[in-house]
Amino acid sequence: MGTVTIPIGPQHPALKEPAAFSITLVGERILKSDVRLGYNHRGIEKACEQRTYTQDLYLIERICGICSHAHTTTFITASEEVAGLKVPPRGLYIRTLISELERIHSHLLWLGVAGHEIGFDTLLMYSWRDREVVMDILAMLTGNRVNYGINTFGGVRRDFTAEQLAEVRKSMDVLEERTKYYIEVATSEPTLAKRLGGVGSLSHDDALRLGAVGPTARASNIQRDVRRDDTHLVYNELDFKVITDDHCDVFGRTVVRVLELMESYKLIRQIIDKMPDGPVSVKAPRRVPAGEAVARYEAPRGEDIHYVKGNGTDKPERVKVRAPTMANLAAVSKMLEDNNLADVPIVVAAIDPCFSCTDRGIQVSDLGRGRDETLAWGALRAHGIEWWRREAGVDFASLNRKLSQSLAAR
Amino acid sequence: MADEQKLAQALEAKFPVLAGKINLVRPRRMFVEVPAESFRQVLAHLKKEQGFVYCCTITGTDDKDTLAALYHLSDEAGTLLNLRLRVPRDAPVIGTVTDLYPCCANYERELIDLLGFTVENLPPGNRYPMPDDFPRDQHPLRKDWQPAAK
Repeated sequence: MGTVTIPIGPQHPALKEPAAFSITLVGERILKSDVRLGYNHRGIEKACEQRTYTQDLYLIERICGICSHAHTTTFITASEEVAGLKVPPRGLYIRTLISELERIHSHLLWLGVAGHEIGFDTLLMYSWRDREVVMDILAMLTGNRVNYGINTFGGVRRDFTAEQLAEVRKSMDVLEERTKYYIEVATSEPTLAKRLGGVGSLSHDDALRLGAVGPTARASNIQRDVRRDDTHLVYNELDFKVITDDHCDVFGRTVVRVLELMESYKLIRQIIDKMPDGPVSVKAPRRVPAGEAVARYEAPRGEDIHYVKGNGTDKPERVKVRAPTMANLAAVSKMLEDNNLADVPIVVAAIDPCFSCTDRGIQVSDLGRGRDETLAWGALRAHGIEWWRREAGVDFASLNRKLSQSLAAR
Repeated sequence: MADEQKLAQALEAKFPVLAGKINLVRPRRMFVEVPAESFRQVLAHLKKEQGFVYCCTITGTDDKDTLAALYHLSDEAGTLLNLRLRVPRDAPVIGTVTDLYPCCANYERELIDLLGFTVENLPPGNRYPMPDDFPRDQHPLRKDWQPAAK
């Protein structure tokens, strides 16, 4: 039988992010595949060289909409090492708490995406509904659902009250109960096992050879977790298990992620129990001495690594970022081999590429008048325009007029 | 840092050329400057004999007179050995390491696009990360690079 090569991407409904796959088929079976990346390259590393360390922190937070805390923590850990700064223990505990909450939100999001990719949309609805619990907790603690802005040079920007931490603990009970149900679904639901079993196989040796990281590697029975191996933050003071599985397929990657959720709940309870009192940050110098450091961090998708080189000024000489998806993409071509074309979306999704969930309506509680109302996106926008006109004297009407005129002139 | 010191001693015994070039920064962090002529042997030794089975990534740096490629190698115990290879800025030629670490293909393509390295024997593949129509003689991470005026 002859071969046919078809392009998937860079823009394709099966992909959540732009990447161009070129898939060579024999009938419905994939013979080989090739991937072209770089469509999201924004030159952030170069931009970091032209901004101060603190400005870089906010830029780096926007590398990924889901792993935002992962990137800022990795970057700031390396920068603090170059600067010789010692973050107070409470600051490190708060960073670790947000880190685990981010893992929960990312893994629950992935579970929904995986369900959606195989036509099991009930799982998507359930897991994303439950994910709202952790999103609300993150918003309550940091003021934002994503891009938390919690890290600063020398510590964290907010301290948490005992009441806030009690709320976190309460929500862990809810999520733990729901996750037990997902573990049951993932391990005993025949449709899931049959659809995911044997799909996207990546043997232990191939995963090692191709440098897979995170749940992708652990589902190929590789005992690799930066939290334990190259311990950072306060993970050396906490007790947790590195979850591995020997299915070496998408089913195994699902099992690893749902079981990791349970470890995260366990970690969060320990963090709250052990969180010491004291300051959450130290004053950071504006200039960072010459020097270099490499920081590693176990992001939800796997190892995140940042290299920072200081040159004695307030701007870094070089910042290098390697996100976990980049490491796992090398293994995707291997995973696709000898699968059906219809398996491409779930195999690609199984390494957990990311997309942002920032677009949303807002629930406004007006306690003074005792009424609740839900603002749609348009109403929220109108409210914002009106607020700026009233409070800050900024009138967007003239800008809108100019915009309409320039559009009409085209 | 006992394990790191033991590893440093073993490396110096095997490769006398590395004497004084190994910097133990803190537990699990080592920086090693390796001369170009010994690079392949040191890298193969680290992978095959010392258990550095995983290359996390390669960082390219522009150090004014030279360009450097920093190979971040990890063993399963979590030690990160950063192996630095310096090459002249006007002839930045390095050999591929994809035979030892197949995951490095895209990291080496990054060195080519962003810093202007030449990587010998790199298997054919797509450019990364710059677009296909981006000029091949423009390397944005070089310190003297300026974006074209609009």
